[in-house]
Amino acid sequence: MNWTLMWDALPRLAAGVPVTVQLVLFAELAGVALATGMALMRLSGNPVADWIARSYVFVFRGTPLLVQIFLIYYGLGQFGGVRESVLWPVLREPYWCAILAMTLNTAAYGSEIIRGAIQAVPHGQIEAARACGMGRFLLFRRIIVPIAVRQALPAYGNEVILMIKASSLASTITLLEVTGIARRIIAQTFAVFEIFIVAGAIYLVLNFALAWAVRATERRLTPYARARV
Amino acid sequence: MKKVIAALAVGAAVALAFGGAEAKDWKKVRIGTEGAYAPWNVTDASGKLVGFEIDLGNDLCKRMKVQCEFVAQDWDGIIPALQQGKYDAIMSAMTITDERKQILDFTVPYGNDPSSLITDKKSPLASLAKTDILDIQTPAGKKAIDDLAKALAGKTVGVQTSTTQLAFLEKHLPKIAVRTYDKIDNAGIDLGAGRVDAVIGDRSVLEPIIKEDKGGNIVMFGPNLVRGVLGEGMGLGLRKQDADLKAMFDKAIAEATKDGTVSKLSKQHFGYDISIKK
Amino acid sequence: MLDLLSFGPQGWGWQILGGAGMTVAVAVSAFALGVVLGSLGAAAKLGENLLLRGVAEVYTTVVRGVPELLVIYLLFFGGNGMVGAVARVFGHDGYVELNAFSIGVMAVGLISGSYSTEVIRGAVQSVPHGQIEAARACGMGRWLILRRILVPQTLRYALPGLGNVWQLTLKDTSLVSVTALAEVMRVAHLGAGSTRQPFMFYTAAAVIYLVLTTVSTAAFDRAERHTMRGVRRA
Repeated sequence: MNWTLMWDALPRLAAGVPVTVQLVLFAELAGVALATGMALMRLSGNPVADWIARSYVFVFRGTPLLVQIFLIYYGLGQFGGVRESVLWPVLREPYWCAILAMTLNTAAYGSEIIRGAIQAVPHGQIEAARACGMGRFLLFRRIIVPIAVRQALPAYGNEVILMIKASSLASTITLLEVTGIARRIIAQTFAVFEIFIVAGAIYLVLNFALAWAVRATERRLTPYARARV
Repeated sequence: MKKVIAALAVGAAVALAFGGAEAKDWKKVRIGTEGAYAPWNVTDASGKLVGFEIDLGNDLCKRMKVQCEFVAQDWDGIIPALQQGKYDAIMSAMTITDERKQILDFTVPYGNDPSSLITDKKSPLASLAKTDILDIQTPAGKKAIDDLAKALAGKTVGVQTSTTQLAFLEKHLPKIAVRTYDKIDNAGIDLGAGRVDAVIGDRSVLEPIIKEDKGGNIVMFGPNLVRGVLGEGMGLGLRKQDADLKAMFDKAIAEATKDGTVSKLSKQHFGYDISIKK
Repeated sequence: MLDLLSFGPQGWGWQILGGAGMTVAVAVSAFALGVVLGSLGAAAKLGENLLLRGVAEVYTTVVRGVPELLVIYLLFFGGNGMVGAVARVFGHDGYVELNAFSIGVMAVGLISGSYSTEVIRGAVQSVPHGQIEAARACGMGRWLILRRILVPQTLRYALPGLGNVWQLTLKDTSLVSVTALAEVMRVAHLGAGSTRQPFMFYTAAAVIYLVLTTVSTAAFDRAERHTMRGVRRA
């Protein structure tokens, strides 16, 4: 084990953290929006909307993210029609292709979490709100969303951790995030073991930080539970 | 860790049953190759490794009276996997360079190939004249690099990771944006898609990319470069402690070069002769 | 263009199909290894021994907190050394050869096992304590309780979770292509590169994964229904 090499690699690898974080952040922001839309489509009672959302979840949960990334990056770029379209400035960049693939992937898992959370809102509370004369929108905003968010938080936290790990796949389409930089340093030093251990430690720290943040938020969102203990 | 080790021990026992090879008396030599670097080494539609180096490697092994087995290994792990002992030699169009000599031993070279560039024929780069093969340490070579630097200003160049061409870009064209690929084929796909403006690589490997392009839009341009960080020909890479294996390969390569086997196989796979001439 | 995927001499059909077989082989072996590791891990976490509990905790935290790609790389390049060290303890001398298949199975199995540990631990804990007390009251010995009560009940509770782990494992096999094992993803990658038809090859790979996940989901659903046959519906 070459400790100096590991120590020297640390700042270079850490320089990849912003890209990793950006990938996950953008993918999650867009992903939550898409996931909510899909979840509402599944709960809408409209058979067409339900079928669309169902197929979407089926396809994106049933295939590995690696395939999705390659299909979007190498696959779509193959077609002249795509290259001449207005989307090309976005699809041309590996950065946006990675974010797009991660967004579509996380939204498929996220929509199931959100659907479950909305369904878990106790019916009595909805009835009570209706009895108080709340309209559909007010009911959604004041009752369903807060309860569902609290309900979905732990599972969604796990999903974000999975996405942080999955962002390492962006290195396969030339992106230089933490894993991409690690592979580049290995290409120069051939020290696979040392470099990947440092990279792994960086991911562990990121994930610990996130898990801690999720737990803290959870506690904040359930003051009544805290008071009772 | 006990349980994990116990589980690993189970795995080890299984692996031992599958074949605990002892190859130190060199009855059997395993050779690592990328299998995605046509026409040097490539995986065909049936999953078999074929190409110039497979044919030449088998010929060398016959001369050394050893049994040879080719093992596929992704390029970016090809040197670590040799050091881990997954195979005994690398034969994967690997250029002999000073950097690599620090950790590997090389046989004498069995081939040589300049580094060249390709681009889309509509690109302004395409007008940069092709040159003869230039040594980058000579004045003519230095001038060619300067011209290239001017032409590539503001452009993005695709290159395979861990190659001499990447070392060349980092050392001689540090201002040019570079995108690194795991496989040269993927750089070719991205050139076709317009994500990079040019691709630099071994000339022999760029030629199939030009040929495979359906629209016929890809052309070669600019200088053909050798030497310096671009190295001095392709040899087999070996672990430093295997000097006996190096001696065996050196002798076989010398024989195969002398009796014209290398030339013959080269013409068959490349259409021209890449063998080392005196 | 579709002839590239055909089963003729120029087609990649057979190789892709072979890759699918390899994917299934790696996934099944890794999942089995994962269940074994998961049982050991769960036993360690539920047991009294603090050291074992700590080891299991570190195992699940680290393996689940680091990208799968890194775990596979680390095992691929470090696995031989580790196994060699173990082999030397057992008196085997010299270099131990691990083929790409065993490395791939070990790597994916290690990942799969970290998730199985949590599933199995949860399942063991959800067996109602009253049932165990009742069994004891009937005079059952430890071993009989394990065989007749704990294992069947745990299996029932663990099955849905293990189904998820299986899906995860199946998809994680796509990452072992870095070990040059000819599974679906590597075949697609090579085919896409050498024919410059990435869309077709990656679509073919996606379809194969979809078929595999669909078939196995159906199988797990059946198994789940089977284990639930004696349970009263609420």
